[in-house]
Amino acid sequence: MSPPPISLLAIYGLFFRIGAFSFGGGLTGWVYREVVVARQWMEEEDFLSGLALSQITPGANIANICIFVGNRLRGASGAVSALLGLLSAPFFAVIGLLSIYETIQSIGWINAALDGTAAAAVGLLVLMAWRSGRRAGGKLSSAAIIFATFIAVGVLRWPLVWVVLGLAPISVALAWPRGDKNAG
Amino acid sequence: MQDKDAIWPLIAVFVPFSLASVGGGTSIFAGIQHQAVDVQHWVTSEQFVEMFAISRAAPGPGSMLVTLIGWKVAGWIGALTATLALFLPSSLLIFGIARVWSRFRGRAWHTALEYGLAPIGVGLTLAGVLAIARIAGFGPLGWAVAGGSAVLLGFRPKTHPLLLLAGGALIFALWQTIVIGAPPTQMTALWSFHG
Repeated sequence: MSPPPISLLAIYGLFFRIGAFSFGGGLTGWVYREVVVARQWMEEEDFLSGLALSQITPGANIANICIFVGNRLRGASGAVSALLGLLSAPFFAVIGLLSIYETIQSIGWINAALDGTAAAAVGLLVLMAWRSGRRAGGKLSSAAIIFATFIAVGVLRWPLVWVVLGLAPISVALAWPRGDKNAG
Repeated sequence: MQDKDAIWPLIAVFVPFSLASVGGGTSIFAGIQHQAVDVQHWVTSEQFVEMFAISRAAPGPGSMLVTLIGWKVAGWIGALTATLALFLPSSLLIFGIARVWSRFRGRAWHTALEYGLAPIGVGLTLAGVLAIARIAGFGPLGWAVAGGSAVLLGFRPKTHPLLLLAGGALIFALWQTIVIGAPPTQMTALWSFHG
């Protein structure tokens, strides 16, 4: 399977835009939308399993998933392009903001607006969950795993690593018949 | 205190944090604060709080906080060093995992792992929504905007993300100016993060 001819500039450009507008985090939903839905650079499960790996390994989730995607698309140079794209705007933005902090601190609506972008970004995440839940095609086990993970880590705030170590074997076992079928 | 000799301490302090930041950047902030303020005396407690607020207000991962600490310690070189020290080790690790991962694509067991890990990825992401909500101190307005944007995307999946984010920003800014007129939310955000 030869990788699709996606230019390094396109990878850099996509992650530059995501990096430049990722206020308050939570923009993996945007990455999903661009990479899986809009451009169809990656398959759904391919991306989502990468997302799981990105979250259980150390590092910022958004940086990890962009390296995962970059590597899938163009190998090492793709991963470097993606990470550079993601970090170049924020790098200069934080340093720039430091010098004008005193000024903006007194402007309440700027901070409110930034919180607003974070809130709106949640919609992208919900869309991702809804689409992948639907795609599971009434597969109750997938929905149950999504729900169990959410409750354990999000609501009960159990340690992420232990939750994943506990749930992953169950989830993989439930998925095993599908894996066999798909691999033919 | 622009000190070129501070380059190595920056690396020595931030590289371990890079590999300890399981579950995203926020898990290491308390440790970074301890190191930068109490142990290394790179910044004062007030400066750290200010930098935390700035890194939240700026685009990009919240862990760009270390870029600012590096900047304070040794200017551009310090900023670059601190950023690389925090992002490079974890990036190399996920890169290695991604390499191994994609080498086995197509095998039956790999497909099963993929299908098994996908719902966990989604569940963790949804859990991340709650973490974002906690840090940002989401009130009813935050949840309303989040829900509204989800519903809008449900009906119009092609809505451009920037339009969505701008809409959220506009609603919050208007609410702040017209309805509340209160001081900014960054400080409450910081306290909810510590608590």
